[in-house]
Amino acid sequence: MITAGIDVGAKTIKVVIVKDNKVVAHAMNPTGFEPLESAEKTMDEAAKQAGIQRKDINKIYATGAGRKNIPFANHNITEVTADAKGTNYLLPSVRTIVDIGAEEARGIASDAAGKVIDFAKNDKCAAGAGAFVESMSRALEVTVPQMIEISHKSTKEAPINATCAVFAESEVVSLIHSKIEKADIANAVHDAIASRVCSMVRRIPIEKDVALVGGVANNSAIVAAMKKHLGVEVVVPEKPEFVGALGAALLAAA
Amino acid sequence: MTVKTKYKTKPLDCWQWGKELRLEAYRDLTSGHEQGKILVLGCAATPYGMLAGLGDFVFLAGEPYGASVAADPPVSIPAMECYEAKGYARDMCGYMRNFLGTMFLDKYYFTGGPFPKFDFAWSVRHCPAGHPKWHQIVSEYQGIPMYYVDDETMLSSDGSQEARIEYVAGQYLDSIEWMEKVTKRKFDDGKAIEAMRNYFYNEALWGEINLLNGSIPAPIDIKSMFALMPISMLRRHEKVATQFLEALRDELKDRIANQIAAVPNEHYRMCMLTPPPWSFLKVFRYLENFGVVFVGTYVYLINSGEVKFLYDQGKVIPATVPEKRPGWKQMKNREDLCRTVARWRAEHPFQSHLDTRKKEYVIMFKHWKANAYLLLINRGCIPMTTSMYDFQRDLNKQGIPTSMFEGNFADCRDIDETGVLDRLETFLEGQGIHKITD
Repeated sequence: MITAGIDVGAKTIKVVIVKDNKVVAHAMNPTGFEPLESAEKTMDEAAKQAGIQRKDINKIYATGAGRKNIPFANHNITEVTADAKGTNYLLPSVRTIVDIGAEEARGIASDAAGKVIDFAKNDKCAAGAGAFVESMSRALEVTVPQMIEISHKSTKEAPINATCAVFAESEVVSLIHSKIEKADIANAVHDAIASRVCSMVRRIPIEKDVALVGGVANNSAIVAAMKKHLGVEVVVPEKPEFVGALGAALLAAA
Repeated sequence: MTVKTKYKTKPLDCWQWGKELRLEAYRDLTSGHEQGKILVLGCAATPYGMLAGLGDFVFLAGEPYGASVAADPPVSIPAMECYEAKGYARDMCGYMRNFLGTMFLDKYYFTGGPFPKFDFAWSVRHCPAGHPKWHQIVSEYQGIPMYYVDDETMLSSDGSQEARIEYVAGQYLDSIEWMEKVTKRKFDDGKAIEAMRNYFYNEALWGEINLLNGSIPAPIDIKSMFALMPISMLRRHEKVATQFLEALRDELKDRIANQIAAVPNEHYRMCMLTPPPWSFLKVFRYLENFGVVFVGTYVYLINSGEVKFLYDQGKVIPATVPEKRPGWKQMKNREDLCRTVARWRAEHPFQSHLDTRKKEYVIMFKHWKANAYLLLINRGCIPMTTSMYDFQRDLNKQGIPTSMFEGNFADCRDIDETGVLDRLETFLEGQGIHKITD
């Protein structure tokens, strides 16, 4: 059986194709202003990578913020359910999943079968999401990869206390004017995101192992900050940004 | 999409009557003076039946009025902006902001005409966060006298209950003298006692109506209950409210006997602790597509309604009126009336300590045969948000699923509707509940 999961995120669209319980393709494109066009393109790319025609796909499940606007999907499921299933496939020992995407973060408690037990999501706040890192990298006039790199070189803690991304940006500007080293500011940004996300995740029971998924899981500085704030080891699966799409593909096969 | 219809359904027979009675209560406020009635402002929990001692009156409880305005964003937003432009804080009571905004704009919501001028404000201080300030602002703006009965002391679990009752009864007695002075009317004890008897009875009736939703399928949904609630909230001193509430109760019993459901696809039953965001009532209709029926909310069971909790048995039953309770006196004069009202308030679940409330939440959950609680972190009401995380933890510990969201019951600018729906869908998905109709 061939199934596909499509994760229509705020910033990117991801597709995973699964054949007989094995991942055979990954594809990703920016969501842009024409999400459907981008979704079609990403599906085509994934099918090509898998060496199949789109008509060969038996079932497609959509997830993500734009999941309800994918007419070629057979069904849609929430990101929380998809994340739990996808993580369970990749890392079966994980019971707590933290997903940080471009605009949203969520904490998920799951059981051994990858079923959701409880979840927490941030409310109307970008200060605990990936978009914040990008906006702060612009304020620091570095790229995101550069920001991650210099963050690891930080030697001093700098405070960012605001719980709102807009005010936090003002704090970053103040730190720049106070001649604080870029590395320390970069570290403070990552620390602030991790602190906000962890405070939300603590609303659910945190049980080992803990995994970080979503695009922001590729940011090693955030992973380090998450470990510090949660006080436990945080594992990151391969291609963490595809976990939701993978979960959707697996559920389509179920 | 598959449509699974489990039960038959039909609209409530008394729906139109209820809507007329509700509107009549609000419209009476604009013509009250012409009819020789006095117009009084206060909180919804005020025992306003006592005002009948002064003659005919119209009482406006500010909360349901504020909720009505809040449910209509094109009116609510300019009202709140007007309130804010006058320098008042945005984090105050949401109902108050809508009420004061329309007062400052001189636009009474239910007619679009001038805002009514009250004769005085008379209220219990049941909300420590903002209601006294609310009525103080009205009092100063309209130049009307104001009297507040301090019964917050009832919430304490320390000290002598008898002393507390005496303290509050004394204030009611003083307030009668005060009302006679400001209205230059003589207070008729008999009329006040009769109206309060109606008040107690109607409140118990509304409680009983709420309890009928323990049946499966639920005979009435929460959105319809919200629409009819102003009758028990604003007119519970009147015989016409008794006639309506008895008719509604009997109709619901008939629906139960004939398995007539509010939501024909009822698969999953939810309840709340507090009011919803009034501008977002569509959430209830939307969730009906998932087979979800909301069977009640705790707050309106005990505010404009009354029930009796049997804590040791984990049960809830309809309340009896005070004069029929063992050890309670018949009311013969104003002293009896004030003492009865004070004692009734003291023993009312409305005054339950937060720890007692936790038990009541569980009892109601079981009575309503609910599957989950929906909890609101309400930016528009501090008292109704206090301890919400503690309540959630306690409910979860007892195996009761909860879904919580942030919002504001009276400010549509303060709620992310798409985000809330997404959160609820995620919660339901985790409970194995999926959309069954479009």
